[in-house]
This record gives sequence, C-alpha cells and structure tokens, in this order.
Amino acid sequence: MFKTNKDMPPSAISLGNMSHNKTGSWRNFRPVIDESKCVKCFICWKFCPENSIEIENDMPKINYDYCKGCGICANECPKNAIRMVEE
Amino acid sequence: MKKIMTGNYAAAYGAKACRAEVVAAYPITPQTSIVEKLASFVANNEMDAEYIKVESEHSAMAACIGASASGCRAYTATSGQGLALMHEMLHWAAGARLPVVMANVGRAMAPPWSVWADQGDSIAQRDTGWIQIYCENNQEVFDTTIQMYKICEKVGLPGMLVLDAFILSHTSEAVEIYAQDKIDKFLPKYSPKYKLDTAETHAFGGLTTPEWYYELRYKIQSAFDDAEKEIENVGKDFGKTFGRKYGLIDEYRCDDIDTLLVMSGSIASTGKEVIDKLKDKGEKIGLARIRSFRPFPKQKIRNLAKKVSKIIVVDRNISFGSGGVFFSEIKSSLYHESIDVPVYSFIAGLGGRDITMNDIKGMIRKSDGKPKDIIWWGLK
Repeated sequence: MFKTNKDMPPSAISLGNMSHNKTGSWRNFRPVIDESKCVKCFICWKFCPENSIEIENDMPKINYDYCKGCGICANECPKNAIRMVEE
Repeated sequence: MKKIMTGNYAAAYGAKACRAEVVAAYPITPQTSIVEKLASFVANNEMDAEYIKVESEHSAMAACIGASASGCRAYTATSGQGLALMHEMLHWAAGARLPVVMANVGRAMAPPWSVWADQGDSIAQRDTGWIQIYCENNQEVFDTTIQMYKICEKVGLPGMLVLDAFILSHTSEAVEIYAQDKIDKFLPKYSPKYKLDTAETHAFGGLTTPEWYYELRYKIQSAFDDAEKEIENVGKDFGKTFGRKYGLIDEYRCDDIDTLLVMSGSIASTGKEVIDKLKDKGEKIGLARIRSFRPFPKQKIRNLAKKVSKIIVVDRNISFGSGGVFFSEIKSSLYHESIDVPVYSFIAGLGGRDITMNDIKGMIRKSDGKPKDIIWWGLK
C-alpha cells in the first residue's frame, strides 16, 4: 500500500478505491461452503453485509479478500451448508 | 481605509476580506456580533458566501469541516462554552487536515458563569491539532485572519485566532482595511489537492488501522513544524505587502536586557506601557508577547532566555494541578539546552479581572529570590 509516511496523503483519504484495503485480514473465522449441500437459494449472497459473496457458475462463492468472517451467511443458510472454520 | 470598529467587527471584516465562502456559526456572548456582522454582509450581498444557520457549535464546526473538505474557504467564530462544545469536531478538522479558520473570543469557562476575558477556553483545546494565535489589538485580529488562512492552507491545518472578551471584542479601535485587490493577491483562492469532487472521487476519514494511524499523527506534527516557519514567513510577507510585520513572538524592546517579561493577548499592550516607563528609568527589561501558542516557539524562547538572567511569565489561564500554561511550556523549552534562568510564574486576570500597569510593576518587583511554581496575583 505505502512504503513510508512520505507516500501517504496528509490524512485518511482513499487514493483510488478499496482494491488495496483488503479487509479480509480482519477475519478470525472463515465461512466455507459445502457445495454438495448447497441448494443455490442465494440467501447467503443476499444477506452478506459486505457484498463479499459472488455468484460464479451458478454457485455462491466467497471473496476472502474482503469477507470479515461475521458468520451471517452461515447463520442464515437454511441447509447448514456453510461452516465457520477458525483461521 | 481606516475604520473605527470593535475586535469582533475586525474579525468579521477579516473573514469578508478573505472571501470566506461558507460561514457556519452559532451565537454566544461575547462572540455574537462577529456572526451578526457576517450574516448582514451575506444578506446585503456584500459577501458572496453561504451562511449556514446551525443548532449548536458542534454542528457549526461540522458544517465548516464539510465545506472545507469540498474545497471551500470555511469560517466560524465562537467563545468559551461554545468552543468546549466543538471539542470533538476540532479533532476532526485537524485530523482531516482541513484549513478551517475560526475566531475564538477568549472567555472564562463556567461554572461559575462568567463572560469575561480568560484563556481557559482556548488553552483547553491545545492538543486538538489547531494552530493558535493570540492577538493584542483589533488591527491584529483583522491582519491575523488573512495570515491565518494563508498559513493554514499552506500547511494543511486548521487555525484559531484568539481575541480577549470585551477588552478587544467590544472595544472600538481604528483598524486599517486594505484594498481588496491587494488582499486577493496576497491570499489567492483556496485550491486543495484532495477534495470532495464527483469528477475525482475519494473517501475521506475512513477507518485507519494501527498499521498507518501512527504515521498520520507524525504528519500532523510535521505540519506544525512547517507552520512554525510559515507563521514567520507569512508574517514577514504581510509586513512587506501591508506594512505591518508579524511573527511567532512580538519582541518589544528586547535589546540589551537582563529581565524578560512574557505575556500574551491584550495584557501585553499594558505590559508595553510598563516597559516604556521602566526603560525610561534605565531598567534593562523587555517584553516578549507570544503570538503563536501552537506551534509553541521553543527555539525563539531559548534564544531570548539566553540573553537574560530572569524571566517573568504572566498567565491569564491555569492548568489545574499544574499551573500557568505558558509558564510550564516556557520552562520545559529551556531544559534541553540547560538554560538555568529563574522563571517566575504569575496567575492573573482570571475571569476578566483587570491587570493594570501597577499590577505588572508589582509583579516585576515581586520577582526576586527563589521562584515558586505559582504566584497568585491580587488574591483576596
């Protein structure tokens, strides 16, 4: 992101977008989807407060660069297809 | 053009001369006539600014922060309890590195309720990251407003100029208002590198983890180091352009002295009269009026201290549990260069009690022998 304070703007100003600020590093538990149990209802995708679940090839896929591991997806999944695994 | 006006009107004319684009303020005694005057300037089309009526000083500063972040020159004014209510937002303006300028009419903090001159309100905000300049007279209030925007916009810090309640705020003096084209040339339009702009989007004030918060704090301190130079540079340029020179410290008759009297704000005017009288009698005494409290001019203080065998500091403020604030900071400045000069500390004039020439003469006479941490002057 920056090498030293000299590369930084004077205050907390984003220089561009969130691409460099990977909030996934905050996570203690990672959600893991068991695709064999998934019924593709996409409730996890709807509930993710960080928009960190994408749909790829008709399956929900977690973006671990930004997922903070809140566990809402695992809690909402009607088929218990998402497990929270300690990092 | 010279006009007779109060310190408060000098502040309002200053903001107008700087072409402040957004004014957000809440009335409070004894500051009210600053914002009243600004409101009438805007209402009469004498000033092209957005005047935002707000429900508190906290909101006034919040509005100024938003305006400044969008690239506008923002102005507010307050006093005493109003400044205290702004406290959280003062940190925001400084942390976001926004050059908001404000006039604070220095007033005693309640309780007990008081509206009179005292530095307790502004001194309590010393660690918020605002430049603080204390003014001696109404001309300086006008002049400092112009300098303050120039300094703040250069280094990216907010700035507060302080004028004493009633002694300046409601006392009329002659103030020279310079030609607007000269002021415009001295202080061009504010044009920040980063601003709220739909054409070039940035997020401001986001969460910053321990990885980089520390560096941003370092950068604020670096900006204060720059400000120390800029206050001198801008003050000199101001002198060349408008004929009145300013700096971190106003040194009054400090050549060939053995005693240094240190004051700030309007009492220094009385102090200068005393110096004149004593100099006439052959006493080797000079006065250092500290204009800039933040940044604190440590090196200048050291240079002065090396010339004398006695320093007398008069504080119109007190940090409870410690003592006079200017006194403490002056003393701590001397330590690194082992300048072992006795420093006498007088607490005087709290809550607007008059400090007369006789008081100041009395303090000078009393400054002898082993110095104490606090001398209460005129305690009944």
